[in-house]
Amino acid sequence: MKTAVIVFPGSNCDRDAQVALRQATGQDPAMVWHKDGTIPEGTDLVMVPGGFSYGDYLRCGAMAANSPVISQLQDHAARGGYVLGVCNGFQILCETGLLPGALIRNAGLEFVCRPERLKIETGNSAFTSAYASQSEITIPIAHHDGNFVADDETLNALESEGRVAFRYVDNPNGSARDIAGVISENGRVLGMMPHPERAIGGHEGGTDGLGMFASLMAAA
Amino acid sequence: MTDTSAIIAAMQAEQDETSANEHGINAEEWDRLVTRLNRKPNLVELGIYSVMWSEHCSYKSSRRHLSKFPTKNKHVIQGPGENAGVIDIGDGQAAIFKMESHNHPSYIEPYQGAATGVGGILRDVFTMGARPIALVNALRFGDPSHPKTRSLVAGVVAGIGGYGNCVGVPTVAGETEFHSGYNGNILVNAMAVGLADQDKIFYARGATPGNPIFYVGSKTGRDGIHGATMASAEFSEGDKDNRPTVQVGDPFTEKLLIEACLELMATDAIQAIQDMGAAGLTSSSVEMADSGGENGEGIGVEMDLDKVPQRETGMSAYEIMLSESQERMLMVLYPDKIELAKKVFEKYDLDAEVIGMTTDSGRMVLKQFGETVCDIPVAPLAEDAPNYDRPWVEPKKRPPLDMSTIPEPEDYGEVLLKLMSCPDMASKRWVWEQYDRHVMGDTVDSSQSMGNAAIVRIHGTNKALAITSDCTPRYVAADPYEGGKQIVAEAYRNLSAVGAKPMAITDNLNFGNPEKPETMGYIVKAIEGMAEACGTLDFPVVSGNVSLYNETDGIAIPPTPVVGGVGLIEDLDKVATLKGAQAGDVLIAVADGEPTPGLGASLYLREILGREEGPPPRINLGKEKGVADFVRGLIEDGLVNAVHDVSDGGYMCAATELCLASGVGANLTFPASGSLLGYFVEHQGSYMIAVSPDKLDDLLARADAAGIYAGKQGNLEGDAITLNGDVINISLAKIREAHEGWMPAYMESLD
Repeated sequence: MKTAVIVFPGSNCDRDAQVALRQATGQDPAMVWHKDGTIPEGTDLVMVPGGFSYGDYLRCGAMAANSPVISQLQDHAARGGYVLGVCNGFQILCETGLLPGALIRNAGLEFVCRPERLKIETGNSAFTSAYASQSEITIPIAHHDGNFVADDETLNALESEGRVAFRYVDNPNGSARDIAGVISENGRVLGMMPHPERAIGGHEGGTDGLGMFASLMAAA
Repeated sequence: MTDTSAIIAAMQAEQDETSANEHGINAEEWDRLVTRLNRKPNLVELGIYSVMWSEHCSYKSSRRHLSKFPTKNKHVIQGPGENAGVIDIGDGQAAIFKMESHNHPSYIEPYQGAATGVGGILRDVFTMGARPIALVNALRFGDPSHPKTRSLVAGVVAGIGGYGNCVGVPTVAGETEFHSGYNGNILVNAMAVGLADQDKIFYARGATPGNPIFYVGSKTGRDGIHGATMASAEFSEGDKDNRPTVQVGDPFTEKLLIEACLELMATDAIQAIQDMGAAGLTSSSVEMADSGGENGEGIGVEMDLDKVPQRETGMSAYEIMLSESQERMLMVLYPDKIELAKKVFEKYDLDAEVIGMTTDSGRMVLKQFGETVCDIPVAPLAEDAPNYDRPWVEPKKRPPLDMSTIPEPEDYGEVLLKLMSCPDMASKRWVWEQYDRHVMGDTVDSSQSMGNAAIVRIHGTNKALAITSDCTPRYVAADPYEGGKQIVAEAYRNLSAVGAKPMAITDNLNFGNPEKPETMGYIVKAIEGMAEACGTLDFPVVSGNVSLYNETDGIAIPPTPVVGGVGLIEDLDKVATLKGAQAGDVLIAVADGEPTPGLGASLYLREILGREEGPPPRINLGKEKGVADFVRGLIEDGLVNAVHDVSDGGYMCAATELCLASGVGANLTFPASGSLLGYFVEHQGSYMIAVSPDKLDDLLARADAAGIYAGKQGNLEGDAITLNGDVINISLAKIREAHEGWMPAYMESLD
């Protein structure tokens, strides 16, 4: 699987994404600088990493969504390429319109970093096939603006189309219907607030994120 | 249109002693200044002298005492005197670290004060070529019932998180304590640890004449002017007017600055580099000039202030030189590398300008609007700064605690619940859940597992650094010499308890007004106690910071010298944490000797009886190292499942914390005869260890051979904690509720 990681000014999980992808695929992902970088031809998966792109100024992800690299990302998605947006990456994907909804300030108003239990809502996706549906995993979260909102129609559609990937067991941020991650209509784009790249073994985050990378390896 | 001639006239105006006093320069210092200069200074020059000679920059009250610290051993690459300390961690790599206070600004404007404290300490570390890999903070607030405390806690924690989370450096450990002695002066001490290759370490020293001075980072504004002077004076009511002197941080720019600097540092463009911290452009340029030259003989600098990127119009030379705007760096480049450097900073959309040249004049010459507004020799600003031998008196020894005045409690269970939920012992989950502890993907153990020290892997290896911060102000107030020893010993113990080899410390000495002989006595004796421990334990001081004048309306804070300790773990498969304890394990107390009675200066005495009396517990430095080596040996050989050092609340609380972290209850039996109060004595040089039964004999035999006390305390089992049958019998769930409940309840209560 050929992978790439987009790096925005203020991204800070780009190295974590790089390490996770290297570990999963056995080869280095292309690190693509937002201003003049190119997503290499033949890339299967583009990861939009966490962090504070543009310092979260204006609105989380809003300025990154207007960065030069985004048109390439949209082309990649339009071709049916896989896209994984984590944390700030999820916020950016919502801002670009690749995913529905928006992420607003946590209901508790404070930044929250902790291991979070998630329920696998569908094991029937390119991102989650290695997990059993309705099983529970623990993945660390770390965000201030992870409260997922969308109108009822959108939420109903997400649920009825099996596009809710994960739900929080103990909703940490007020997200509508406990949603922690959503999938695009074509099943190729996933955005999630928890950090699977921080749960790949060898540290405090545990190992439950490995399944997501294994799923992608099987899909691509 | 700016009236440049009016600005120049104001800058060049000759100053007198009254003006100097307003700048915090006393009569003696004024005479010294005029003598050195051979004339009276103008406004810019006076401003520069005032910040360079401030306590904050010159350490004029503490310098002669700080020299008592051992600062060298075979691991030390760079001791105090640079931006941060550097130690050799093998394989061509170095750990670079320092702790620094931002006390005064955080009291006035808690969010920005704390945030810029984090920003400043990060810059100290990456200035030297290190990628920051961990943040730690030591916080002290006033009594929880004081009307300001809650908002200060909320603001400081949000500020630390807001900055650290955004720059993407994990905040992995820390301490948060409360005492009425901090009602008027809170303490915000932040520590950063970075990782560098030994052949890519950068220093402020070594700049030679004829090279370009390069300014990078944020534009200069009017914020923070005279911050260093503010940090060198007592507060009085009404000082909220100082708010404009608190800087505003921008962690996003800091993140870009880190990446840009590290990218440039990978080339051979930089000859010397210094971040702009306290006293901004003044102290960074003076320090580089003073330590410049091939042999450190000093060089000169000439800068054109019109070239300094400015955020506001009409700024005077005085304002530009004294601004403490954040996220700025000053470098001396090799002349042929200017274009290369500019390109790197352009990539990150950061300002980068050549603002002057180094010279061989030994003078600092500043120009604005084509006129010279400052022309002074560099040496008197730095090495020739005042160095006082402040009068001090020996702190009074406290008489031993009369144990006959200590009543046996009616209900030991209530005592345990009260201690585990008192503000200093209660879980600080509310605090550390607001810090990103996991970014960078190398956090092996952080605050969330209640360990003795955080463990952060050295990226791409199976090695790690252990990091802790420690201070027990109760002990220092009781006896600064013994208390000083204890702080260093506890850091040593905390690192050893996870299996790390203690390497070196950074210190952050927080005290009141040094011009008061009583306070100065505490400063001197605490330093001497710390120095003795550093020497005996081969645990040198490699960097540090002194924060004095933590007083409001004449009332000083409790003496609070904080230590940040760093240890090395050679093999991550050989560490111990609290969470490793298993049901069925035996709990063993390991100590430098038989437990001895003595509740002086203990948490028990303060929290249960409301008394702050008696001498602190005895420290046996000679044995401290032996016990630590013994414990580390057990960890290395895989003989133990969990280790916790014994500190606040004695054996009883150490065992309880171990149970909370592992989720298993314990049946404890206090082995000694006599009062069960002995279980709350804060024995130093002691560890609580969980060992599986099949390894118990081996452990006891090793202890016997090493002449180290090892006493069985009980078994890990069930879901309750019991002591001597039913003396205590409380479910772990109930203890956890009390322990976890205090802080959120406090922060959410409205009063």
